[in-house]
This record gives sequence, C-alpha cells and structure tokens, in this order.
Amino acid sequence: MNIWEIIIISGIKILITATVMLLTVSYLVYFERRISAWAQNRLGPNRVGWQGVLQPFADVFKLLLKEDIVPVAANKTIHTLAPIIALFVAFATYAVIPVGGTITIFGYTFPLVVADINIGILYVLALTSLGVYAITLAGWSSGSKYSLLGGIRSSAQMISYEISMGFSVGGVLLLAESLRPYAIVQSQGSWLWNAWIQPIGFITFVVSAFAETNRLPFDLPEAEPELVGGFHTEYSSMKFAGFFLAEYANMIIAGAMIVTLYLGGFNLPFIDIYSLGLSQALIIIIQVLAFLMKTAALLFFFIWVRWSLPRFRYDQLMNLGWKVMFPLSLINIIWVAALIMIFKL
Amino acid sequence: MAVKRRERDLTFWERIYIPEIVRGLGLTLKNMLKPKFTMQYPEEKFIPAASYRGRPVLVMEENGEERCVACGLCSRVCPSLAIEVQAGETDREKERFPQKFEINMIRCIFCGFCEEVCPEEAIVMSKDYELAFTNREDAVYGKDKLLVPVHQLQDRIDFLRSYK
Repeated sequence: MNIWEIIIISGIKILITATVMLLTVSYLVYFERRISAWAQNRLGPNRVGWQGVLQPFADVFKLLLKEDIVPVAANKTIHTLAPIIALFVAFATYAVIPVGGTITIFGYTFPLVVADINIGILYVLALTSLGVYAITLAGWSSGSKYSLLGGIRSSAQMISYEISMGFSVGGVLLLAESLRPYAIVQSQGSWLWNAWIQPIGFITFVVSAFAETNRLPFDLPEAEPELVGGFHTEYSSMKFAGFFLAEYANMIIAGAMIVTLYLGGFNLPFIDIYSLGLSQALIIIIQVLAFLMKTAALLFFFIWVRWSLPRFRYDQLMNLGWKVMFPLSLINIIWVAALIMIFKL
Repeated sequence: MAVKRRERDLTFWERIYIPEIVRGLGLTLKNMLKPKFTMQYPEEKFIPAASYRGRPVLVMEENGEERCVACGLCSRVCPSLAIEVQAGETDREKERFPQKFEINMIRCIFCGFCEEVCPEEAIVMSKDYELAFTNREDAVYGKDKLLVPVHQLQDRIDFLRSYK
C-alpha cells in the first residue's frame, strides 16, 4: 500500500466510525430517557416518530436554535475551547478500539480498527486524562462559582480514579503481554475472558470507568442539586450540546474499552468462530455484531446503574477511590502475577 | 473520638455494598418491566365520575328549550363574578328565560355554587375539562356553547338528586 491508499482507507474508516459514533450517541440519549422513564414507571419520549425514535433529531434542532450565551465574566477563548477539547477527546479515543477481525476488500487487507497501533491502550489512557482539561477549563473559564466547584471536583475525582483504572489495566497487560488492543482481544480467546480471570480488576475498572465518564453514582462535577449543573452551568446552545455529546461518547468509549479489555472484544462467547467454516464476510458481520451487542449491554448497564444508585458524597468518593479501589487494583495485579507464575500462562 | 451510635449496625454483607447495589438494581429492573399507568392523553381520555366538577353548563330540555328561568341566583352566588344573566319575557308557562347567559371561563373557579343554588336544576357541572383558549374573548361562553341536552347530563343530575 502506498501512502495515498493508506490515507484514503483511513479516511473512509474515520468517516464510518464518526458517523456510527454520532448516531449511537444521539440514540444513547434517547435510550437513556426511555430507560429512566421505565425505571420510574413512566413512558418517556414516545411522540416524535414511531415510539419517539426521531426525538434525538428534534433535540438537536432545538439546541441549534437556542441562543449561545457567553457570560460577561467568562474567558471567551477558553470558554469556547473547552467543549471542543471535550468532543475531540471523546471522538479521537475511538480510533484504537477494534470492532472485528481483519477484512479483505478489493485486494486490500486491513483490520477493522481506524488505527491499529501498538500503544493503543496507552493512547486511550492519555486521551481520557486529557478529558479532565475540558471539564476543568470549562468550569474555570465560565466565571461562575458553581462551575468552578464542578471543575475542581472533576479534576480531583478524575485524577484519583485514573490511578485505579491504570492499575486495573495493568493486570490485563500482564496477561496479554501487549498494549495493542488487537493482541489483548486475541489473548482472551472465545471464553477465557479477563472478567473471569481477574474479577477484582474487572470490578475496579468498571467502577473507575463510571467515575471517569462522570456518570452517576460519581457525577460529582455535574451534581445538579448542589452545583446547578456544575461545569456546564454557563453553557448553552451547541456548546452545551458539545459537552452533552462528549459525555455520551465517553460512555460508549468506556463500554467499548470494558468489552475490549475484559469481555473478549469481538469474539463470540464460548464459540470459536474460525472453526465453524463460515465465509469471511459472515465472520466479520458476526464479530461486529458481537462487539456491538456486548457494548450495548454495557451501555444499558451504565444507564440502569444511573437510575438506581444515589450520588456519593464528595468525601465518600475520595475514600472509595484511594482507600478501596486503589488497594484492590494493586491486589489484582498481584493476583494476576501469581496466576502467571503458577500456571505459566 | 466519640463512638458513633447507630440504630442498627450494618452486617458485613451490607457494608461491602456490592450485594446491596445488586438488590437496588434488581428493584429498578423489576419496575422497568412493570406495566405503565400513563394515560396517553389526546388519544386516551380520562372519563371522570359523576361527582366531577367540570365546566358548568345549562341544561337543555328535549324540546330544545333551556330550563333556566333567569332568576339570577347563580350570578348572585358566584364568588368570582363569572356569570352574567339578562332575563327576558316569554309566553311559555314559565314566563321568563335568559336572553343572555354568559360564563367567563377565565374567571370560573369550578366551585359548583351556581349548581347548588339553582332552584330549577338548570345549571349543572359537566365532565368537560378541556378548556384552553388562545384569547380572552374565546373564554366567554354564551348560550350557544352552554346549552347541553339533558340526556348527556343524566348521571350528574342523578348524582345531585341522591347526594345534594
């Protein structure tokens, strides 16, 4: 492949990924509203289109038509920059997550991932920690005390939980002996998922993922009742929509990361798909569907948890992060190392 | 450091929190799958009981005449001064009829005093609760909108006879 072919193929992959991401994000908002309604014995939005399926588009139009208000006390440049950072981080992270095996079209063979890089996990961790800047800068530049409190809380929370998140990933990396998402998925095979081998790491990673995506029970930066929306209090119109989209895109990334690291990625559970003798196209379709189904199940779990659990108090959050999650993730690393030593995995 | 006194100490399983989270999740899942009671309003309408006080209406007999004799008691008793009656003379047995009968639905508070005070059972509260206007003039209901055939109001009249 020469350089132009690589650019064109990558461009197509980026286009497809971005489109799918945007659609999933808008429908995630729809499902969040429907599921929250069901959990509270309501019906939820079911008026726009069949069962309300066009609701996301109506919402986006509404947001586009709103006036874009920038407070006088705000630092205009940073105020505008913050949602852009949030969106950039949210969408760029998706580049390294593999959705299926390798595919051959028109004589080109390439893996079903935008960028198959060998430091993929590091890339994800680096970008998600950049996401703190978006929220902190948004809170600081708004010139409002509520926003500032939200921003400060968010930076403290994200830094605390990033540690346990990184250490939980450490266990996975020990087993896979690689930072490449592809190698991690392949190392788990069809049934030996990391979630079974290292349940503690799985739990700490999931909890940290909740904290990193600012979802309830850890949505301290937003905390509507105390902080009136936290870091995005002073945002309106499309800038607010930017944060909104970024939050849901982050949720999808968290779900996809959990699937990739702990739930066997695009492999079907308990069935070795390559041994069934299916055609290549069918294998790819089944793999992508398996990946999407697993991610969808996790996203449902995220929403389900949000509408079940109350928000943590700030000191409880810090206690949990430093005194429970951090030691647990360390124990997990020791556990995985012991497993490797005993079974020579 | 003072010892914390609790009404009940948490057990070990309650303290590690995860089983309780699972219980909470189970509860929300159970509620998600429950049937919903929401009434889908414009398609599905609430039909009130006979005791419901909706918009006050004038009873129209089967022959198309109103029962009202324009005594003006309803207008006198109305606490929000929503009713205006102008009497006219007629050759019929009851001698008087309302030339003009207007209820301002913006003022009406649905107290039902007009119905209670009426000696002829001529003004009763209906089951109509869909009262939305785009301007103030539309909210003043004249005789054309107020007159309702008696057979449509039968259960309210029966209710009044047995409970008033």
